[in-house]
Amino acid sequence: MNSAVSQEFRNTDALNGAEVLLRVLVEQGVEVIFGYPGGAVLPIYDALFRQGTIRHILVRHEQAAVHAAEAYARSTGKVGVVLVTSGPGATNAVTGLVDALMDSIPVVCISGQVPTALIGNDAFQEADTTGITRPATKHNYLVKHGADLAPIVREAFEVARGGRPGPVLIDLPKDVSVARAPLPEPGNGRLHRLYSPRLDADREAIRQTVAAMKRAKRPLFYTGGGIINSGPEASQALRELARRTNFPVTSTLMGLGAFPTTDRQFLGMLGMHGTYEANLATHGCDLLIALGSRFDDRVTGRVDAFSPNSFKVHADIDPSQINKIVRVDVALQGDVGRTIRALLAAWDDDGQDLGEWWAQIDAWRALDSLGFQQDMKPDAIIRPQYAVRRLYEMALGTGRDTYVSTEVGQHQMWAAQHFQFDKPNRWLTSGGLGTMGYGLPAAVGAQVAHPDALVIDIAGEASTLMNIQELGTIAQYRLPVKLFILNNRYMGMVRQWQELLHGSRYSQSYSEALPDFVRLAEAFHGTGMRATCVGELDDVIARMLAHDGPVVADICVAQDENCYPMIPSGAPHNEMLLGPDAEANAAKVTQEGMALV
Amino acid sequence: MSNVIQTAVIAVLIENEAGALGRVVGLFSGRGYNIESLTVSVVDPSEKISRITIVTSGTPMVIAQIKAQLARIIPVHGVTDLTASGPYVAREMALVKVISTGDARTEGMRIADAFRARIVDTTAGSFVFEMTGAPEKIDAFVDLMRPLGLAEVSRTGVAAIARGLETFHSNQESF
Repeated sequence: MNSAVSQEFRNTDALNGAEVLLRVLVEQGVEVIFGYPGGAVLPIYDALFRQGTIRHILVRHEQAAVHAAEAYARSTGKVGVVLVTSGPGATNAVTGLVDALMDSIPVVCISGQVPTALIGNDAFQEADTTGITRPATKHNYLVKHGADLAPIVREAFEVARGGRPGPVLIDLPKDVSVARAPLPEPGNGRLHRLYSPRLDADREAIRQTVAAMKRAKRPLFYTGGGIINSGPEASQALRELARRTNFPVTSTLMGLGAFPTTDRQFLGMLGMHGTYEANLATHGCDLLIALGSRFDDRVTGRVDAFSPNSFKVHADIDPSQINKIVRVDVALQGDVGRTIRALLAAWDDDGQDLGEWWAQIDAWRALDSLGFQQDMKPDAIIRPQYAVRRLYEMALGTGRDTYVSTEVGQHQMWAAQHFQFDKPNRWLTSGGLGTMGYGLPAAVGAQVAHPDALVIDIAGEASTLMNIQELGTIAQYRLPVKLFILNNRYMGMVRQWQELLHGSRYSQSYSEALPDFVRLAEAFHGTGMRATCVGELDDVIARMLAHDGPVVADICVAQDENCYPMIPSGAPHNEMLLGPDAEANAAKVTQEGMALV
Repeated sequence: MSNVIQTAVIAVLIENEAGALGRVVGLFSGRGYNIESLTVSVVDPSEKISRITIVTSGTPMVIAQIKAQLARIIPVHGVTDLTASGPYVAREMALVKVISTGDARTEGMRIADAFRARIVDTTAGSFVFEMTGAPEKIDAFVDLMRPLGLAEVSRTGVAAIARGLETFHSNQESF
């Protein structure tokens, strides 16, 4: 036990539930909690007040607490911790919990609950939190007795970080946090015979994979967020495996940074807004090795036309992901980092000559599918892609460790396409759930975890308004977060789909009555800047990066820019729209495709 | 693997704790899987273990998904697919109330006898039959009773167990 803690709670026999909770959190290595107080958690906040080990970050909305904890977890590899009150506190947290569930982020959320005697009475600020969050979490608990508290909290951390990580909620009635509770030694009073997913893939499956790798003429690694979850060693192993095999690598949105996006062997992201070379390589490969990715519909497009002629291998720690959407030939169930190391150990460097495959990939790459036209006259309108590229180049120029979060929409895809990530854990985005409003609280979490790093939220003006109150948190803790808004005055991705699929009828997608973001920044004690044309962009970025406090940069960009390349809903990978000239093709989108999201 | 819809009988051992059944039922509704029947009862009171028997249907890929998703639920101790792991016995119990007099009443008793249904309650105008058997046999019995004054049916859903020396643990799926 940490000595600071034992000083704080000298008398272990007289601990109440709230103190037991905090002691177990410290024992689990928790340094920071993101939370918001309320009636049902007052005893916990009182216990927090009387200790000095755990730092509490007061957010402005419970959803933001979870997103901040997610980013904290994603950028550090630790479990993120959230503390909210009962009723609305817990229901506000639900979006964040589902976000963490979809993206496999380890989070432990402690919610207050009305006293056990009042549960079921429709008491003030009562909600059936375990009922509401059952499908929003990997597992949840209602602590009915103080004796269960410490074992439950310990198990919650084990569940959150074990196997495929995810969010766990502990609902803690107020009487349990007030009453005395025991603090047994770790290992005592375990509750569940925990599921323990296998970590090492089947040896025969490894052998079959290596045999397939040897005969492959057009192989491809399709990597995902599981590699980030597996830890930096998994990214390192992936780099070595790619170097030794000379196989090309494509990545999902969640996996960006596991393999250096600037590497020659990296084809860019695949899927709906993936590059031409990544998607055609996926379509045309003869061996597809999925590493910690889950064949999301944004990746596969039309499933029956997905990578039609490839031998498929799927490495995943969660057996329920294997054969869920795409049937595979070999399943490598286990920790993806260990699986990659097992493949490395079995690979004897005698694969096929991949010259033709690389020549084909380079021909696709020559199309420059991420290209865009930027008029460089000083008063020209800024293209959003250009703004992201300049932001990347100038951030790189600072030499600082850089973390990027995003909201959800066009700007998110442009950030994924045009910002480069050479290290894992630096890219924080809402992939599975697609939660607008994720980016600003995520930037809070990343900056709290990495006080000296450069943390940028690449945002859209519509998304960021969904959690703009976090500028208050940023001000309170003097977090030097940079909010970089690509302001096109539209919910851009909605507008793009309306243009391509709904006859340019822009129903409710115009951002009417926007605030003045510069003055908004000032109202929250920060610094606001604006760039309205190309000639102003570099100066704004330079001043933003040089400023040591929080900045809101309002970058006014072209309103009509669409995000390309794009695989329309229901289309296979080899029917991509490459740019505005191809928009006529959108007429081909079928009724079935229109029904897809 | 085919795309043919098949029926599967899945047995789950789960800790008997608050909300455990809700996690299983919620999985089926949340992911759009079918439940044809579901039975649950404590089978090991000292260990607080319940056994759930689920009859479901889907393509082989969906059935495999269901089993993997069930195994992911934290209080679940194990999952067995009885349909996939060899011969098994599946039984269901039904209570069938028939209200009739005269010839219909006599005919009802005759059929009940043929089906080996037991009379567990009787009045001058009614019978309650108890019948145990395969679900198809109960279906047939209920159909025959329909024109003879069938008033009400209560069925337990299927309980199932492997034949012979096989046990839940020897057939348990590993995930």
